[in-house]
Amino acid sequence: MFLAHAAYAHTYSSTLPISITLPYRSLLTTLGTPQGKVAELRLELNSSGGKKDKNFSTKKIALKKIVANMTMSNNDMVALFPDIVGVMGVPSLEIKKMCFLYLVNYARMKPDIALKALPILTNDLEDNNPLMRALALRTLSYIHVRQFVEATLIPLKQLLKDNDPYVRKTAAFCVAKLYDHDRHLVEGSDLIDRLNLMLRDENPTVVSSALAALMDIWERSESIKLTIDYANASKIVQILPDCSEWGQTYILEALTSYVPQDTSEAALLADRITPRLSHTNSAVVLTCIRVILYLMNYIDNEKTIAALCTKLSPPLVTLLSKGPEIQYLALRNALLILQRRPEVLRNDIRVFFCKYNDPIYVKVTKLELIFMLASEKNIREVLTELREYATEIDVHFVRKSVRAIGKLAIKIEPAAKLCISTLLELVATKVSYIVQEATVVIKNIFRKYPNEYESIISTLCENLDSLDEPEAKAAMIWVIGQYADRIDNSEVLLEDFLDSWPDETHEVQLALLTATVKLFIQRPTKGQDLVPKVLKWATEDTDNPDLRDRGYMYWRLLSTDPAAAKGVVMGEKPAITAESEKLDPVTLEEMCLVVGTLATVYLKPVHTVFRSARPRKLLESPALQRKTLPSYLAMQQAKLLAEQNGGTGVGNADGAAAARDGDVLSEADAYFASVGGQQAYQSVLGDDGFASSPTAATHGGEQRYVVNQGQGLGTVQPTMHVQGGEGDLLSF
Amino acid sequence: MLSGILLFNQKGELLIMRAFRQDMRPRLADVFRIQVISNAQIRSPILTLGSTTFSHIKNENIYLVGVSKGNVNSALVFEFLYKLVALGKAYFGRFDEEAVKSNFVMVYELLDEILDFGYPQNTETETLKMYITTEGVKSERALEDSSKITMQATGALSWRRDNIKYRKNEAFVDVIEDVNLLVSASGTVLRADVNGAIEMRAYLSGTPECKFGLNDRLTLGENGADTSLGGAVGNMGGNKASKAAAGSVTLEDVSLHQCVKLSSFTNDRTISFIPPDGSFQLMTYRATENVNLPFKVHAIVNELGKSKVEYSIAIRSNYGSKLFATNVVIRIPTPLNTATTTHRASQGKAKYEPAENAIIWKIARFTGQSEFVLSAEAELSAMTNQKAWSRPPLSMQFSLLMFTSSGLLVRYLKVFEKGNYSSVKWVRYMTRAGSYEIRF
Repeated sequence: MFLAHAAYAHTYSSTLPISITLPYRSLLTTLGTPQGKVAELRLELNSSGGKKDKNFSTKKIALKKIVANMTMSNNDMVALFPDIVGVMGVPSLEIKKMCFLYLVNYARMKPDIALKALPILTNDLEDNNPLMRALALRTLSYIHVRQFVEATLIPLKQLLKDNDPYVRKTAAFCVAKLYDHDRHLVEGSDLIDRLNLMLRDENPTVVSSALAALMDIWERSESIKLTIDYANASKIVQILPDCSEWGQTYILEALTSYVPQDTSEAALLADRITPRLSHTNSAVVLTCIRVILYLMNYIDNEKTIAALCTKLSPPLVTLLSKGPEIQYLALRNALLILQRRPEVLRNDIRVFFCKYNDPIYVKVTKLELIFMLASEKNIREVLTELREYATEIDVHFVRKSVRAIGKLAIKIEPAAKLCISTLLELVATKVSYIVQEATVVIKNIFRKYPNEYESIISTLCENLDSLDEPEAKAAMIWVIGQYADRIDNSEVLLEDFLDSWPDETHEVQLALLTATVKLFIQRPTKGQDLVPKVLKWATEDTDNPDLRDRGYMYWRLLSTDPAAAKGVVMGEKPAITAESEKLDPVTLEEMCLVVGTLATVYLKPVHTVFRSARPRKLLESPALQRKTLPSYLAMQQAKLLAEQNGGTGVGNADGAAAARDGDVLSEADAYFASVGGQQAYQSVLGDDGFASSPTAATHGGEQRYVVNQGQGLGTVQPTMHVQGGEGDLLSF
Repeated sequence: MLSGILLFNQKGELLIMRAFRQDMRPRLADVFRIQVISNAQIRSPILTLGSTTFSHIKNENIYLVGVSKGNVNSALVFEFLYKLVALGKAYFGRFDEEAVKSNFVMVYELLDEILDFGYPQNTETETLKMYITTEGVKSERALEDSSKITMQATGALSWRRDNIKYRKNEAFVDVIEDVNLLVSASGTVLRADVNGAIEMRAYLSGTPECKFGLNDRLTLGENGADTSLGGAVGNMGGNKASKAAAGSVTLEDVSLHQCVKLSSFTNDRTISFIPPDGSFQLMTYRATENVNLPFKVHAIVNELGKSKVEYSIAIRSNYGSKLFATNVVIRIPTPLNTATTTHRASQGKAKYEPAENAIIWKIARFTGQSEFVLSAEAELSAMTNQKAWSRPPLSMQFSLLMFTSSGLLVRYLKVFEKGNYSSVKWVRYMTRAGSYEIRF
């Protein structure tokens, strides 16, 4: 474990020798005052360097110094702008490139001086050398100054038809750049139409560049539609092999804008792109997987779908031999794909077993995958593996492993016993955080299997002293209350906890209150002294409204109708499941359209992470297999439930759920608005408040009965300040 | 796509900053430095703040960061960063702080060429080296050269120059396998698989069409093993290994270099390609069936009370007696509170490395069908808070020539070229330890 840390640790060494022989270092040496430095550089820049200096090496050195200072955001260099423009005409490509870099950096700060460089650039657009034309065009279009943008417009139309493919592909991207500068200018011209025409270019690189530019524009504009018909799609698929790896990625990305009108077309196209799954570049592979998953929605033949699914597994697993960052991305996407197409990866659980030196973010995601893939068949293997993880060094990872074991007991009923004995082995280690984590999950096991496995209670009671975290305490107190009649000294145990009442968190106080009432109901003689005391504390000595409300409720209940109180307090609880890790169907559908993107790392609806992202959804067509979509299936199920329960009640529940959804979403929105602000550099995704909202919201009505609801990851490991990717999907 | 690229050294000093879009601000460099480089708790390569995402990798002593807005293709970003490292290595020998500092103008020049508006462009080293060179002189080129370069950079064969000539046409094929193993404390193999790579160095004239054949199960129907294959074919001495090798190997999955015609691979599993000049990685593959493990490890580790741990480690080589592994290193973890160790090895040298919390046992040459034993004891110092030792797995490193764990063999490599020259081909096999871990 410590090795994985070392890879990401940031070692500071104050004894690092600063070698002044390094060119870079020496280029940055200060020459006294900023003015003095600028003056010196100006002198060097303008000196002819003598007759011998045919290569302008004095000027080159001066320019290098300027570029080095520029990198350090040294704004004194702006003062040299006029001199830079002066040097730009020197017939040396190296000098020109450095001047252009300077121009791109500083033009916005001094637009008026930058304008003097404009004629040089426009002149270069007509150079005989295609590399020069492309360089000038590329540079010109980076500059966010009105006159530059306007001056690009007319020559660009010519350059889009240039003889040289290199210039044409540069021009294609240039249209997207201009659109970024000034969309009205581009929309008012015929540039987008011309870009469209380039899709028929004979050169594959030009075609893929034009597509990338069109997609870029489409992403940022509501008014533009990107439609690709079968003939077009077929054409661009044909040129795939002739494109660079990046070009292939752009083309594949564009293919999700093709809406199959006929199910055989979708199948054919999917078949034609499968060779890309063997490409060595993971961007090509993951984007190809995205397109195949997308096309499957339009394929009606189950055999075809099954065949495609079997082709997806091996490349996904192969990505695990790439760099750790790509592994992480592949694993996060595997979590997603598994929910939509469970037949993918079904037999591959062993490849997800952690290597000792895997980085922690890879390990945690592998753990989640192992949990999802665990079944009655492989449970023994899985438990041995999780047991191993539970002895590792990283506390967060250990806790997650323990939690996973507990959740497996709930997920796979026949294996409950096995899981519990593994948990007890772990409790026997007496390591405090393991015991606490185990206590929390064992409580859930009692919820799931009431009146079974009670023999564990004694083991738990042996470890009361090691509990110091609120969540674990609350769980233990719940167990004591629930089984007050079966634990001999339950009132003593409870009294021990009550001693520290004023110092406990509200979570623990609430648990204590309920447990005391339960004790009283089950064993009135033992509880009669405690109840009035606790009720008094809860109603009078607290400023927490929840605690007070609950206290009054118990008080009134007990004083008016003890029999009813028993019915309420000890009533049968709804069953719980371990399914909280599933994405809701609508999100799942959306996420499958963006496989390989950042949103899949967070496994959250795209718009909650990236507000301005253009939403993607499955478009209607005669070929769309609506009845197999997760959202449709979920709706059918809900309807079925409604019919079983009889109309009205459920209708209300739905309404309530919807209202709650709204609340939570708007809360999330408000939170986002506050974080989105530029000064608030807080992690968007590490924060508890946010992390649970969007996913929780979509669970709607069922959410109450899900294990760990309200006890998400955040409470367990406060160290996860900037925890991007992990956790929220599988909230154990 | 990408809004900008940042390069930092370990201390968080900015080495390179290039913006490709309006939304890339200099301030973002400070944000990354504060939120990631000086934040010891950071545990993910991806960080999203507001709508800005920083995706970073580390190479040697530098951070490479891709800055993006919106929901970009994350695989593309990381693959590009990997590519940038590879390109840096191809240009400067290595890509670390010093290389960046001494070549920063060229790094800017490369970035300008390989990214346009944040979209990766042609990143083939071969092509780029035609017009971006370490000697500035070469970048001034005659006109006809320029169009040649542009055709190359946008063409379907962007990885190969025209008019390559060699007096002697040769191709070297290296089959390199990393064998991964995970054995549980009870001795069951939890996973054993092979990540293989076929590296090629091609020194062939003109535009050669190559066809490549393996003893992959799906290609076995073909005949025509190229008898002109140079070099001894491996796995000869191995008893078990040669059995597997004589048959065929099932490859779980393969990924192929850009130059391989993927459609013909999918149709009939033939690997045909026009190779880049010089060295490149033709393919990588995975195999999980019938993996031949070169070493069997038998470890007995006993914790005697709280003051002592006893080790008895036996390692047996499971390959032909004529072969030998080199640079065999066995890393045997010891508890964190180890004070001293004593050890006795029947071969090689063992040494306790306190910094690594391990006994490192090195055997320079490990012949096939032999067994070596290490017995050791670690004395532990007393600790105030006794926490159970997590017993990290024992791990191994080695390299073994002329042996493939998967049993893979190259059956033929044919070269077709207009000039109809004859060519010499060489094949070499090597198996290395990937993650070779034994729990105890």
